[in-house]
Amino acid sequence: MGGYAAFVWPAYAVTLAVALLNVAWARRALARSVAAARRRLAGGGDS
Amino acid sequence: MSWTWFHRLGSPPYIYGLARRLTPWLAWPAGALIVAALYGGLVLAPPDYQQGDGFRIIYMHAPSAWMSLMVYTTMAVAAAVGLIWRIKVAHAVAASCAPIGASFTLAALVTGSLWGEPMWGTWWEWDPRLTSELILLFLYLGYMGLRGAIEDAQRADRTSAVLAVVGVVNVPIIHYSVTWWNSLHQAPSVMRVGKPTLSTAMLVPLLMMLLGFTLYFAAVLLVRLRAEILNRERSASWVREVVGT
Amino acid sequence: MPELPNSTLAATAAEPRTTGATGEGTSVLEAARLVLLRDLTLAFRRRGQLVQPLAFFAIVTTLFPLAISPELARLREVAAGVIWVAALLASLLALESLFRDDAYDGALEQYALSGQPLTGLMFAKTAAHWLLTGLPLALMAPLAALSLGAPAGAVPGIVASIAIGTVALSLIGSIGAALTLGIRRSGVLLALLTLPLSLPVLIFGARASELAIQGASYVAPLELLSALAVLGITLAPLAAAAAVRISLE
Repeated sequence: MGGYAAFVWPAYAVTLAVALLNVAWARRALARSVAAARRRLAGGGDS
Repeated sequence: MSWTWFHRLGSPPYIYGLARRLTPWLAWPAGALIVAALYGGLVLAPPDYQQGDGFRIIYMHAPSAWMSLMVYTTMAVAAAVGLIWRIKVAHAVAASCAPIGASFTLAALVTGSLWGEPMWGTWWEWDPRLTSELILLFLYLGYMGLRGAIEDAQRADRTSAVLAVVGVVNVPIIHYSVTWWNSLHQAPSVMRVGKPTLSTAMLVPLLMMLLGFTLYFAAVLLVRLRAEILNRERSASWVREVVGT
Repeated sequence: MPELPNSTLAATAAEPRTTGATGEGTSVLEAARLVLLRDLTLAFRRRGQLVQPLAFFAIVTTLFPLAISPELARLREVAAGVIWVAALLASLLALESLFRDDAYDGALEQYALSGQPLTGLMFAKTAAHWLLTGLPLALMAPLAALSLGAPAGAVPGIVASIAIGTVALSLIGSIGAALTLGIRRSGVLLALLTLPLSLPVLIFGARASELAIQGASYVAPLELLSALAVLGITLAPLAAAAAVRISLE
């Protein structure tokens, strides 16, 4: 990287990590909401 | 003109189903574009005559910055729609935007810092663009904090919507800060009137990256949106079908 | 608990003649005047509380010579910033009580139900807040400035910047205060919401003060500061009214 490796690679690492973390975070939020909805419905309507 | 489509957009079960179906159609092209842009930006694009290989940070920094602004604008528009027309789905969209926008604002600041140190000789500078981008991060965090502090879901939606709309004034400030003031940060090379100032070999991967990240945002947003919709639809019958009890 | 509402509240809220739709009855200007008078009257009944932001301003200003250096030459370099940060924080402190008491005793609800444009009443409350906080801070600023080594010639510029800047700060702060109404222990959240929006005011205000201290012309930042204040006057009461209505829903 022409001497800039110490700056370029961390920049890529941070951004791609944020991108991947957002995906994981979103999917976890959905899983939690689904589980909560299931609990609510199993408990018999409004909680 | 039929208003049915507009009403359907406000219907949570319709949006939920639409979101689920649309997500793969956004996610896969997004991934492909980003991978292709990575190759184009890291391998194919020639080194810059001034910055050498250091300029390649642009392929991470510019999309992050773009995301931070685009996501906030989306959030503010959705919040306004939710406030004016009292559409729950719009509030759900706004809520979904915030964590995505906040994390990419942080990425923009960090990658900008990593770019600034070799190029300007400083990790940080209190110039208008950097400072207003930092303010953007505070606005996102304030929005999320305000949401978290209000217990009633509807009130949280509407109160944070006011904040989102008030804060949107920061977005044009960030974008135009480099033209309005003497800024250390360079002037826009893509988002400007007239031709972009980058060479084609450098520009194409950048445009692909911007498009890829935009589709990526849409995909992640739709996933979060489904979660937010479920959280707001307490015991509606359609939820039972979708969630499967 | 605050004392019972006085007669001006009854006049504002219970007036059967306040029908904005037909244009007869109490005008919004009259209602705003009544709200302003009420806030000022209630505030002067608790004079101790009035002094608190000013005392805070004085104390914070004192911290810097102790922390940095007692040399006036050095202090002069940071004086503009110190005065402005202290004024900003003092203004922030006073914001918490902008709507709190009225929310407790039901006056806010009465304002919302009164049929008067809530925006106008919000503006009146914010004006009262500035008269009680911002204006006194501007009058105290010369003391702070001189104690931090600023030349006497800088005082008019500093006072002007604080006077105009605190107008903007009160307006911006009213939005944050309205948004955090009814949230327990909202002090930090209020600061987190208000400070980012207040930064342009801080930047231009401190710049004007700095130029004044250097003896240069401070007209440009002062004009920008005024523009921010005008923008605040136009938009902030609207946002605050919207936020108050939402909190009363």
